[in-house]
Amino acid sequence: MNTTKAAAAALVAALGVTTLAACGTDDARDAAGKSGGPAPKTVTLVSHDSFNASKEVLAEFTRQTGFTVRVLKSGDAGEAVNKEILTKGAPQGDVFFGVDNTLLSRALDNGIFVPYEAKGLDRIPAALRLDKEQHRVTPVDSGDICVNYDKKYFADKKLAPPQTFDDLAKPAYKDLLVVENPERSSPGLGFLLGTAAKYGDGGTSQGEASGGGWQDYWKKLKANGVKTVDSWELAYNQEFSGSAGGKKAKGDRPLVVSYASSPPVEVLYSEPQPKVAPTGVSTGTCFRQTEFAGLLNGAKNPEGGKALIDFLISKTFQDDMPLQMFVNPVTNDATLPELFTKHGVVIDKPETMAPEKIAEKREQWIGQWTSLVLK
Amino acid sequence: MLLPVAFFAVFFAWPVVSIVGRGLRPDGRHWELGRFGETLTRPDILDVLWFTLWQALASTALTLLVALPGAYVLARFDFPGKRILRAVVTVPFVLPTVMVGTAFLALVGRRGLLDELWGVRLDTGVWAILLAHVFFNYAVVVRTVGGLWSQLDPRQEEAARVLGASRWRAWRTVTLPALGPAVAAAALMVFLFTASSFGIVQILGGPAYSTLETEIYRQTADRLQLSTAAVLTMVQFAAVGTILAVHARTVRRRETALRLVPPERTARRPCGAGQWALLGAVLLSIALLIVAPLGVLVERSLATPSGYGLDYFRALGHVDGTGTFLVPLTDTVVNSLQYALAATGIAVLVGGLAAAALTRRAGRLVRGFDALLMLPLGVSAVTVGFGFLITLDEPPLDLRASWILVPLAQALVGVPFVVRTMLPVLRAVDERLREAAAVLGASPWRAWREVDLPLVRRALLIAAGFAFAVSLGEFGATVFVARPDNPTLPVAVARLLNRPGELNYGQAMALSTILMVVCAVSLLLLERLRTDRTSGEF
Repeated sequence: MNTTKAAAAALVAALGVTTLAACGTDDARDAAGKSGGPAPKTVTLVSHDSFNASKEVLAEFTRQTGFTVRVLKSGDAGEAVNKEILTKGAPQGDVFFGVDNTLLSRALDNGIFVPYEAKGLDRIPAALRLDKEQHRVTPVDSGDICVNYDKKYFADKKLAPPQTFDDLAKPAYKDLLVVENPERSSPGLGFLLGTAAKYGDGGTSQGEASGGGWQDYWKKLKANGVKTVDSWELAYNQEFSGSAGGKKAKGDRPLVVSYASSPPVEVLYSEPQPKVAPTGVSTGTCFRQTEFAGLLNGAKNPEGGKALIDFLISKTFQDDMPLQMFVNPVTNDATLPELFTKHGVVIDKPETMAPEKIAEKREQWIGQWTSLVLK
Repeated sequence: MLLPVAFFAVFFAWPVVSIVGRGLRPDGRHWELGRFGETLTRPDILDVLWFTLWQALASTALTLLVALPGAYVLARFDFPGKRILRAVVTVPFVLPTVMVGTAFLALVGRRGLLDELWGVRLDTGVWAILLAHVFFNYAVVVRTVGGLWSQLDPRQEEAARVLGASRWRAWRTVTLPALGPAVAAAALMVFLFTASSFGIVQILGGPAYSTLETEIYRQTADRLQLSTAAVLTMVQFAAVGTILAVHARTVRRRETALRLVPPERTARRPCGAGQWALLGAVLLSIALLIVAPLGVLVERSLATPSGYGLDYFRALGHVDGTGTFLVPLTDTVVNSLQYALAATGIAVLVGGLAAAALTRRAGRLVRGFDALLMLPLGVSAVTVGFGFLITLDEPPLDLRASWILVPLAQALVGVPFVVRTMLPVLRAVDERLREAAAVLGASPWRAWREVDLPLVRRALLIAAGFAFAVSLGEFGATVFVARPDNPTLPVAVARLLNRPGELNYGQAMALSTILMVVCAVSLLLLERLRTDRTSGEF
């Protein structure tokens, strides 16, 4: 054992645990200070990878409440929710933000949130407040999943871009659309739910789907040459001919399932910014997604968590949100940035669906969709 | 021995066992072993298992076919730029799969290089997966087989020729048997990597293809079907265990049987049309398969709307006014380097100690531990990541939100590389030297310092460098660990690709290029440190 010990000591010395310590000290002190201590001055927000807020806005929260926000990104939306379910009672943080209406029932049924009625809730339209009796979750933003089109393609072809779900199945638009797999991508799921909301559920209980409804519609889409890929990133940056990435990758699909906010973002991240967005939105193909935040069951700093939820629906945060996460504010006193009013569209009649219905049908529909479209 | 065992137990075994247990014992008391039969007879699961197996076999065969000539050329021919070439072929191996997928689509996708030259368009599907696996694992074959090939004494083959054997016969009876175990070891490693391939199958396979690894991810992260995931994890365990056991056997055979010479004595300039043609063919295949996809990434990082320029690189230095990231993207380079340094420190410490322990003892138990240390390479990252969540949740080990989790996860992947590089060198140290030192009155510590350290210093540096490069590019484990918002390079690339807009896309390509260059530079430094005794097993 002696030799092993000696070897151990030597390796530790020779191999620069020094480098380890040197590069870690700041962080380590930081982490230690934040996770321990009797009265936590830190409030931890767990979210999905797409969460963003500007520095000044988070600093404003600290100024108002004395709490510092620490953001913990926990994977994509579905993964992040599932992680909270798995760690129920001993959560990684105090507040979870980012559960949307497609996953809401799963989160609520598993009891990962405790009720808290946020201050200023009355500024949010009743239609978006999905847990009105118990207040386990608070709506924070909403957005629409819609088909986007490549303006140049349709102008060159002198063809009107499709506007509705029905249009997409017409021969004029054959082989033009790329969608995401609903099992692995939230826009993909949103689009499927949009078609189900629009055409109804005509499928039989298991296996072979038939008898009208969304299943029939998807059969038509398939016959019309719809292409499926696994992720939004692939669909938008590789296949879609209208996006900057898609142009470079020489994508050849001028229609893609994306968001109503994608055109303004396309403008924002161009240099120089074009006067008109290169892409447009088919307004009759939209499904509304609302994202919620909630106080986690077992939070170490519930007071800070409550303050944070209040802050998420404050005007400061709501005004900042559109250009951070490319979603719409939910409170009626928030102002949309010019970029959104100029290049974005307002979707008047998006398709919607109750979270309970989604929870009930989700797996079955995805299964039917898979055998209908992929096989 | 104690530290590596503890490390392995706490950061690998415990999390994995817990998450599997959660799946198979949902109520916390009764084992539901019936799940095995139930799951393993489902047609969709059988499809997954079958596809995993055959695509891994096909990928392995194709990789050997393409890479063995490369291994020969890089081992036996002497030509300018050889070191750079050897580093270049290794770059894909340490790149994150997000980037490999993106790079590869540029080559085989619509109007990619193949399409423009010959109208061949693979887009997504089985062929794209297979080719990407070749791209990814080329280096494994070149390093494992080529490393040995360059040290085989050519005089043995020459002797056979003198005795009248034909060239083919001499090669078949002398060289091939000597190389056999190395080829088998390389094949097994490639099989292991391709059977557990995640990102490539996700990106290039399209929704119709699923391997064991992607299915475990889907069942765990998307659907929270922990019981199904647990069964699949057990299947993966059994498969990986078998592969590693076979691998360990072939490696042991190789270590004992051969007489080796320094590579400088075996490499010579190619002569004759045949050899030049071979060299040309290998260079062409490397250019098409490895350089071209990487080149496309570089090209795209430079192609701005107003012609070629460094705009995207410059943009990385600014704090993004609109707040995609709260820090300049150049900070992600610093973050990555810090994480990778920490991970390298841990990996070298744990791996070095394990290698030292494995040299000194040769019992069956220790050999079993040797194989166990390789397990993290073959076990699903999502299993480990979710395991962390439910095990490391109590002080003092509530590390779930700590920065240290990222380097720890990376180190899990780095340790096997360190062990594999150090072990052959440590085993080659003559025990009598240590004994002599002891007889002359040196303390064990002093004997180690005077005898072992000088001999293994280079191997140690190489191991550290390799662990560093692997940690730098490691993506799988890190994405499943929730992290405070200081993204690493690969994570930032993935996040940029998740946003519309030309600037984001360009910056993602620019960051990828930086990552590639950092990896290539560290690998080139390694090449300079290569010696005859330090080829290791990678």
